[in-house]
Amino acid sequence: MAQITMIEAITMAHAWELEHDPSVVLLGEDIGINGGVFRATAGLQQRFGSERVQDTPLAEGMIAGMCVGMAAQGLKPVAEIQFMGFIYPAIDQIVNHMSRMRNRTRGRMSCPVVIRTPHGGGIRSPEHHSESVEALFAHIPGIRVVCPSTPARAYGLLLAAIRDPDPVLFLEPVRIYRYAKQEVANDGKALPLDVCFLLREGTDVTIVTWGAMTVETLKAATQLAAEGISAEVIDLATISPIDSEAILESVARTGRLVIVHEAARNCGVGAEIAAIVAEQGLYDLQAPIQRVTGYDTVMPYFKLEHDYLPSVARIVDAVHATFVD
Amino acid sequence: MKAVAEFKIHYVQMLDPSGQPVADLPAFAHSRDELVKMYRMMVLARTFDTKAVNLQRTGKLGTYPSCLGHEATHVGAGAALRPEDSFAPVYREIGTQYWRGVRMVETLTYWGGDERGNDFSGPKHDFPWSVPIASQTLHAAGAAMAFKIRREPRCALAYVGDGGTSEGAFYEAINLAGARKLPVVFLVVNNRWAISVPIEQQTACATLAQKAIAAGIPGVQVDGNDIIAVRDTLEQALARGRRGEGPTVVEALTYRLSDHTTADDATRYRQEAEVKAAWKIEPLIRTRAFMAATIGWTDADEQLLKTECAQQVEAAVQEFLAMPKQSSDSMFDYVFANQPVRLTVQKALARRYSGKGSH
Repeated sequence: MAQITMIEAITMAHAWELEHDPSVVLLGEDIGINGGVFRATAGLQQRFGSERVQDTPLAEGMIAGMCVGMAAQGLKPVAEIQFMGFIYPAIDQIVNHMSRMRNRTRGRMSCPVVIRTPHGGGIRSPEHHSESVEALFAHIPGIRVVCPSTPARAYGLLLAAIRDPDPVLFLEPVRIYRYAKQEVANDGKALPLDVCFLLREGTDVTIVTWGAMTVETLKAATQLAAEGISAEVIDLATISPIDSEAILESVARTGRLVIVHEAARNCGVGAEIAAIVAEQGLYDLQAPIQRVTGYDTVMPYFKLEHDYLPSVARIVDAVHATFVD
Repeated sequence: MKAVAEFKIHYVQMLDPSGQPVADLPAFAHSRDELVKMYRMMVLARTFDTKAVNLQRTGKLGTYPSCLGHEATHVGAGAALRPEDSFAPVYREIGTQYWRGVRMVETLTYWGGDERGNDFSGPKHDFPWSVPIASQTLHAAGAAMAFKIRREPRCALAYVGDGGTSEGAFYEAINLAGARKLPVVFLVVNNRWAISVPIEQQTACATLAQKAIAAGIPGVQVDGNDIIAVRDTLEQALARGRRGEGPTVVEALTYRLSDHTTADDATRYRQEAEVKAAWKIEPLIRTRAFMAATIGWTDADEQLLKTECAQQVEAAVQEFLAMPKQSSDSMFDYVFANQPVRLTVQKALARRYSGKGSH
């Protein structure tokens, strides 16, 4: 079994599904001969042809609208939006049609679409290339929002997303596209959606995070362990719908909750998680919930991006804050 | 300076407003059965439309967008489409839907505030109503892409209004369709008014058909009150698509004789004289005159048809009024195929309070 990066795992999942499901069609800007700007589709057009792996004209709203029409006629489109900062023209189609076609036709038509897009900052990209606006989409009924944190998870969750009968926004954390290699079996096995993954067991505090922030969070957990604090780290993985049960169960054991995300704090997904625990697990808490998030500012240009992104030190401090009487 | 490209937009009319042929007519225009079938559908659409407006006025229907004056375009398109084609409507095109097997009770269901109206008896591959303007043009392009990839000889048809051609989605759809040579027809129904904004304020274009030129595809303008011209033009455009020769923009010139919807009052923004003039060129008069002259359509035929249509509409209304409403569960049951726990919990909550009002 080969050691591969997350981006290679994503390519591998695409190839598996193209090979095994003739209704799968990839579309996006520069995904053909160029293999996508991050190479997520490298070599796939050469292998599967220019109808199964299509370069599109440059219009994100069009890509999403096409996906609705293609999916309604029995295809399974997997679209790439080149950067999350360019997804906004597609929101009309995603919100008004893709995510509600099943509902508004009482199941007569549906949209088994995957929209993949790079997520987050930390790679010295230009303006508009480092967005993490998952909360905008988590608010929308009828679409799942998924974010993997490792190569194996990217492979299994992307397969699950493509096979799901409903639309999935698949957020790919750019900062860890090539961060670490991992053995990933190319066996076509999907991972479950709608559930969290336990990254590290612990007894003193639950830290919930997703995507690239799992890296800093696990580092923080290691530091905390050295000072005798046992942190449980949960990878949310499916950002919407949230796996409330897993989080509540963990908090019931640890009595403390810290939520870490890169996106802005105001109405971020962390707020929903905090509200769920406040509503259903308040009496399990021994301390106020802490959030470690991006600031409520515009994502800064890259010279300051590491001042914006939650750091290991901020996470450690937030955990310490839950131990102050 | 030399011209590097030149373009012309042609106008198609076959029956003038008095019903006189002004061009060689296609074969279907010589068939009594075809003429009666088309005319019957136009009369049915208008009869239904009048009734639906009245139902709204008496509180039995929500806001309803009338199709008054559009019958030739809508029915002509229905007649031109094949069952295996797919069409993406805006929200007025009942004449097309009924031709394709949608039932009147389903229109009432939808405008009566019930999603089941979109789960209609017409072809299951036809799109539901699309309220966000022009967004459906991309769905038709997507459907066309699916047909093309699967090598199916089918064509998609998207309606869009004159106002809709100002939307980015329309330009994106025609551009893509041209670039990928998709089997799709964009039927621009130019009824002169986008709610209160007249076409002159919508665009500086002399025609909307010419927008096709920017997409590198054929564009043609047709008299949208002339069902013979509409059907013939669309049959050719659809056949072209099915043969793999690419998309077409067809602009149908018609007039919205009604308010935009029952929530609108067109007297606020347009002159009575303009509406009066439009009534003189509306589609039913000329079709009836043509049928009287060519197939001997009589006043008795007309009276019988109107009675039959009124009975059909009344039966649909009774079926609609007798329909039990959906349970609150239905809000939750179609959000996802695999229902998340969260929704199951909320479904139970909604059930507990369902039907008890908001007080």
